[in-house]
Amino acid sequence: MSEHSSSSLGFYVGIWAALIAGTILTVVAAHIDMGPFNAAVALIIATVKALLVALFFMHIKGAHERLLKLVVISTIFFLIILLALSMADYGTRYFS
Amino acid sequence: MSDSQAAVQNPAHAGGHSPALLHHFADEQQQRDSASLGMWIFLATEVMFFGGLFCAYLIYRLAYFGDFAAASQTLDWRLGGTNTIVLICSSLTVVFAVYAAQQGKRSMLLISLVLTLVFGFAFLGIKGVEYAEKFEKHHVPGASFQFDNVKVPGHADQIANPHHAEIYFALYFIMTGLHALHMIIGIGIFVWLFLMAWKGRLTPEYNTPLEIGGLYWHFVDIVWIYLFPLLYLIDLHK
Repeated sequence: MSEHSSSSLGFYVGIWAALIAGTILTVVAAHIDMGPFNAAVALIIATVKALLVALFFMHIKGAHERLLKLVVISTIFFLIILLALSMADYGTRYFS
Repeated sequence: MSDSQAAVQNPAHAGGHSPALLHHFADEQQQRDSASLGMWIFLATEVMFFGGLFCAYLIYRLAYFGDFAAASQTLDWRLGGTNTIVLICSSLTVVFAVYAAQQGKRSMLLISLVLTLVFGFAFLGIKGVEYAEKFEKHHVPGASFQFDNVKVPGHADQIANPHHAEIYFALYFIMTGLHALHMIIGIGIFVWLFLMAWKGRLTPEYNTPLEIGGLYWHFVDIVWIYLFPLLYLIDLHK
């Protein structure tokens, strides 16, 4: 499958540079006071980095097999169910 | 027996297809897709496995935010950040190794695999230094755990609750420990891949073990990409 992606070595080095830049950015962002948004910014940067690794290093983008995308999307879906339903419980326990 | 001899001696290969192609697959593309699909389903189970730990972390961090910040700031973000960069570099060398195998570039393949192993050991070495420091400071959960009179960042009048800080360190050791275990398994896989490459068993026609081993390595990298900001970078501005 990855043989069908036309990715060159220079392209991979570009993704690597973006990941290094994201790491530096997340450290810098942690030192800036953004009130309640620090955690959200850190998670957004981490998710962008994870997407870069998954799409380009793990070759989800340009994948030949369609079933693979179904597996990836359902993985994320079930992870969101795990986190969202747990937080719907714990996040609202102390309201009453 | 070499693959070419097998092709001659096994009448099933008389059709002249590649000896790397197993007979229950229609073609090599389908064989490769099946292998990586299986690996992705395994990675789905790994996401749920680590997901449960991230969920536990989320629940306790929201409940004990200040204590988690105080405990988190005993870690050195420089070491954690260095390890993040080490892992990103190792992912790049894995991608280079897959590329080299597909292009049939033997020396580039071997060098990329050795570099991946070097980065993997560097990560574990730095992790070992960090763990040793935790033991010295009595920050390991258990009977000798100590976390007295540590101020909550941003609240000079508040002292962090040692019991809540202990939960942070328990999560820290479970999450980074399981991640380190995945790294050790990954290094084992890559030693085996290096031996296969050395014997010339990874070719442009057949490099599936390297490709799915690479998927595993990248997944372990992604787990660390989330662990680094969640464990090392809490409230550093305070």
